[in-house]
Amino acid sequence: MIPRVPASVDQDKIISVHGLKFVYDGGVQALAGLNLDVRRGDYLAIVGGNGSGKTTLAKNLNGLLRPTSGSVIINGTSTSELTVAELAKVIGYAFQNPDHQLFCSSVVEEVRFGPLNLGYSEAEVAKKTELSIEAMDLSAVKDQPPFSLTLGERRRVSIASVMAMDPQVFILDEPTTGLDARETDDLMDSIDRLNLDGHTVVLITHDMKLVAKHAKRVVVMSEGRIVLDSDPGGVFTDLELLLRSKLVPPPVSQLAHRLSSLGVPREVLSPEELVFHLMSGRGARR
Amino acid sequence: MRALDLQDVRFKHRGSDHWALDGVSLQVEKGEFVTLLGSNGSGKSTICMLSNGLIPHALPGDLQGKTEIFGFDVKEHSVAEFSTKVGMVFQEPESQLFCMSVEEEVAFGPENLAVPREELRERVEWALELVGMKGYNDRSPFSLSGGQKQRVAIAAALSMRPDMLVLDEPAYALDPVGRVELYQVLRQLKEQHGMTVLLAECDSEEAAKYSDKAALMKDGRVISYGTPREVLKDPERLRSLGIIPPQVSEVSALLKERLEGSNFSFISVDEAERSIKEKFTNRKRGREP
Repeated sequence: MIPRVPASVDQDKIISVHGLKFVYDGGVQALAGLNLDVRRGDYLAIVGGNGSGKTTLAKNLNGLLRPTSGSVIINGTSTSELTVAELAKVIGYAFQNPDHQLFCSSVVEEVRFGPLNLGYSEAEVAKKTELSIEAMDLSAVKDQPPFSLTLGERRRVSIASVMAMDPQVFILDEPTTGLDARETDDLMDSIDRLNLDGHTVVLITHDMKLVAKHAKRVVVMSEGRIVLDSDPGGVFTDLELLLRSKLVPPPVSQLAHRLSSLGVPREVLSPEELVFHLMSGRGARR
Repeated sequence: MRALDLQDVRFKHRGSDHWALDGVSLQVEKGEFVTLLGSNGSGKSTICMLSNGLIPHALPGDLQGKTEIFGFDVKEHSVAEFSTKVGMVFQEPESQLFCMSVEEEVAFGPENLAVPREELRERVEWALELVGMKGYNDRSPFSLSGGQKQRVAIAAALSMRPDMLVLDEPAYALDPVGRVELYQVLRQLKEQHGMTVLLAECDSEEAAKYSDKAALMKDGRVISYGTPREVLKDPERLRSLGIIPPQVSEVSALLKERLEGSNFSFISVDEAERSIKEKFTNRKRGREP
């Protein structure tokens, strides 16, 4: 469990979104009046089909996009009053495709770029750079050009370069796409650690197994709106809503549904839980 | 004659001293649906690029061993010659879509073969229907969802009327429903049109459900080849190879461990439901007087 800082409701909220609408040039409405509160220390997954508005929402949180109407409040201040640089100190955003944000000649250069541009002293930059490189397990490749690295390593470089700016929130857009099992586990370990250290994590993903395993809270988006906000156990029980939102529950949740006559609860998220409920014999008694 | 026949194949890219393929053997029969599974760097993509001649013709290097596609030696025939035999679909549909309309996109390949106009139209309609995109002819590919884009990319490969489709992590950018739709289209192509399908993936969930065979790859070699049931039942082994196991196989392994004398070995939700219900209903009956 994440230790929650006990505080008044308002101080607890790091992100507060009210009636957010966003329309792209050309008239496509990507967000249709969305409300969302994110609390300090949350480990939130945003899920939904291609085109449901997940990435548009993320870019409204870090100021890359500004609301057409409605408001986005970060730490009590509206993003309309903050520059992208000011926001970058609070909200870190790692792009879906790491190659969209990598451009330096070595991993170290890449990671120091952010804090350097935020005006930190040379000593602070060096310290933040080193800590981020260590946290993302990149010490062995720190002098190599990012483009010589594997996709998994490039993803970690992109997160390290966000981390070096010391944000309170990490928004990670599809961080495990294209990674194999080992690379995914390594990366998710690092992300779990960020959350344990008290950072707020917002994970945008299509991978429901990942959501079941790591997130503490799940927001389902469909057509620019939030249609469900729940803990992971609750989210996979509403099959119809998921399907309408272009989502499919992970296989173990599907199996739990079908075994409800044996007393397996529908909220089961992992193979271990499912087996526990079967073995505890609760099922046999029903 | 096989769709793909690789025997003891080695390949290294020009300028590299690493063997991307290091003694790989793989036989894909015509009409089979085969999934290549392995970690990044295990050689899956290299086999995909070899199976339509991109290797060694567009990506040169040192290629050794027997490499036959529908009986033709890949070294002796060009990518253009294989283009009517093998259709290729990459990870991100956007990297291969470039036309103003879906119809132009799907017509592009055969148009370049100087296929007559009437037949061109037939092929486009046929391909769009197969992937469930009939009626989208005039839409811009870029206005479509990720799943639809990937299906247009498949239609563009199909309009060349290939005998084999090769897909390198085609579900990469798709949402879960888009993923299901994609695999259903591929399975249907195999079943109704005898299409050979060769596909590379890191996650074995769909291989368990849709493929006839799965090949586990490690360090440029195939180390296991067989039906999904044969090669996907041991989740720990798959993890050690960097492959995401079918999630219910982990349930199977745990039950086997905890229930003495049981022999669970399921890899799909359907099978899991059947064998668990059978076992646990028997248990219940046995216990009651």
